[in-house]
Amino acid sequence: MNTAPTSAASTASATAPYLSVNNVEVIYDHVILVLKGVSLQVPKGGIVALLGANGAGKSTTLKSISNLLRAERGDVTKGSIDFKGARIDQMTPNDLVKRGVIQVMEGRHCFGHLTIEENLLTGAYTRSCSRAEIKRSLDLVYTYFSRLKTRRSSQAGYTSGGEQQMCAIGRAIMANPEMVLLDEPSMGLAPQIVEEIFEIVKDLNSKEQVSFLLAEQNTMVALRYADFGYILENGRIVMEGEAKELATNEDVKEFYLGLGGEGRKSFREVKHYRRRKRWLS
Amino acid sequence: MQFFLEVLIGGLLSGVLYALVALGFVLIFKASGVFNFAQGAMVFFAALTFVGFQEVLPGWTGLEEGGSAVFWLAFALALVSMIILGILTEKIVLRPLVNQPHITLFMATIGLSYLIEGIAQGVWGANVRGLDLGIEDVPVEWLMESSNILVSKFDLVAAGIAGVLVASLALLFQYTKIGRALRAVADDHQAALSIGIPLQHIWVIVWGVAGFVALIAGMIWGARNGVQFALTYTALKALPVLILGGFTSVPGAIVGGLIIGASEKLAEVYVGPFVGGGIESWFPYVLALLFLLVRPEGLFGEKHIDRV
Ligand SMILES: Nc1ncnc2c1ncn2[C@@H]1O[C@H](COP(=O)(O)OP(=O)(O)O)[C@@H](O)[C@H]1O
Ligand SMILES: [Mg+2]
Repeated sequence: MNTAPTSAASTASATAPYLSVNNVEVIYDHVILVLKGVSLQVPKGGIVALLGANGAGKSTTLKSISNLLRAERGDVTKGSIDFKGARIDQMTPNDLVKRGVIQVMEGRHCFGHLTIEENLLTGAYTRSCSRAEIKRSLDLVYTYFSRLKTRRSSQAGYTSGGEQQMCAIGRAIMANPEMVLLDEPSMGLAPQIVEEIFEIVKDLNSKEQVSFLLAEQNTMVALRYADFGYILENGRIVMEGEAKELATNEDVKEFYLGLGGEGRKSFREVKHYRRRKRWLS
Repeated sequence: MQFFLEVLIGGLLSGVLYALVALGFVLIFKASGVFNFAQGAMVFFAALTFVGFQEVLPGWTGLEEGGSAVFWLAFALALVSMIILGILTEKIVLRPLVNQPHITLFMATIGLSYLIEGIAQGVWGANVRGLDLGIEDVPVEWLMESSNILVSKFDLVAAGIAGVLVASLALLFQYTKIGRALRAVADDHQAALSIGIPLQHIWVIVWGVAGFVALIAGMIWGARNGVQFALTYTALKALPVLILGGFTSVPGAIVGGLIIGASEKLAEVYVGPFVGGGIESWFPYVLALLFLLVRPEGLFGEKHIDRV
């Protein structure tokens, strides 16, 4: 299969994939079928974008990896999820965070009545390390998100959307993760704030070796920062490729960047993609 | 004036205990969204378990009856029983009901309340028992000599113990890692889950703390009024305290407890004679009801932060 990303970062892990989601099916409430066999890989040190319209199943995919599904009465009914060679689909979120996989939820979900700094400190809950080490992590987060430092003693509920998004990412970084599942960081934010946040994500990726799986509706921005991308539609991956290729692909442009002439159609109506898909499978 | 002060001080001292029990409510309510109606029954259960162990331990172990060894051993066993009760409650009653509406959980705790009372009486019998903490109920001498005010030594010591507990719980809540995690869970349990805070551990902790609080309150009230069924109702005075202070507020529980304690005693003494007495048992509820009309979120109720 021609699915493994071929970016430089992935060559090292070509033998053993880092995070791999294999043909996963997810059902909510025992009846609502949402993911119909999703497969994707994230290489070590990569930034992979998971794109698609509202309701496509991006958040569900991330939650199936972080196992936050259980709390929403969702279940992985088929397929498997591996991280660093071990099955992780039966683990609790607590286990997963300890193993280095953490999700930043859509809508930020800061603890509104806690201060920014208290929010960050809760991120280190699963770590059993010295105070000094946690202080070092806190300083690290403050160097990346300098805005948070100035707001450190404000109640998170009263900070701006951008600051809350930074707080949510910073809180996850406090867990000292290897792999961050980042759900719609751009949602509802002004373009320059989005840019600022993505720059920091890129920095965390290159300097702290944190890998990212990034769910986004904002295709254009996501593809500029990611190495590889998957496009999800109705619970299926309908297209995948190098971020640069996707960004220049005519269909992606037409359907997701709003550059085409007609309104948005479904990818499945596109003939040549169908051909490609047949060839893939 | 001197008499007024005596009543006021006595009321405030008894209010510290209300504050302690109310704090048990607040912790559970904040961390798991459960309004724990069974808190009153837990107080009764705890006191009865303590007295029960005190009765049977000399026979089991050959220790001297009424000695301090029996006292502390009974205390430790009762504490362990309360913690086990808390853990079982969380595991058997509440965990299967996760994600259910608040009212369902509330109903479950009402059922639990009867269950706990039943178990306590089934195991230890239903007769009223005395409980001796070894603290005399006599006026504090130096206060009487210096300002001629009568304050019971028992009340003072009891309030001291409860006060220390209230303060340590408040500090734990505000400044420790566990306390922070508790507040995080209270704010947004999904987000807490997402950063790896195991909700079940947190729930076990709050139920354990609630059990501990129930034991202390049960022992103090039991020593004052005898260990009997009515303890449940004394403990439920925490309800008006919560309405006054706000269900989610730690300072609210403390201030509310003091207000209820003081006002019910003052009302009993100054208003009671005009209505035939006995108003201590219902006055807090009336006060809470009036308060509800004016300020439904309580004195210190947390405002919802709506900004997203
Ligand atoms: N807890 C849930 N119970 C039932 N259906 C859900 C639940 N969460 C999401 N869904 C459904 O699953 C589909 C995908 O949702 P989601 O994964 O949130 O998509 P996206 O993140 O791409 O917008 C939607 O149709 C949504 O209605
Ligand atoms: Mg989503």
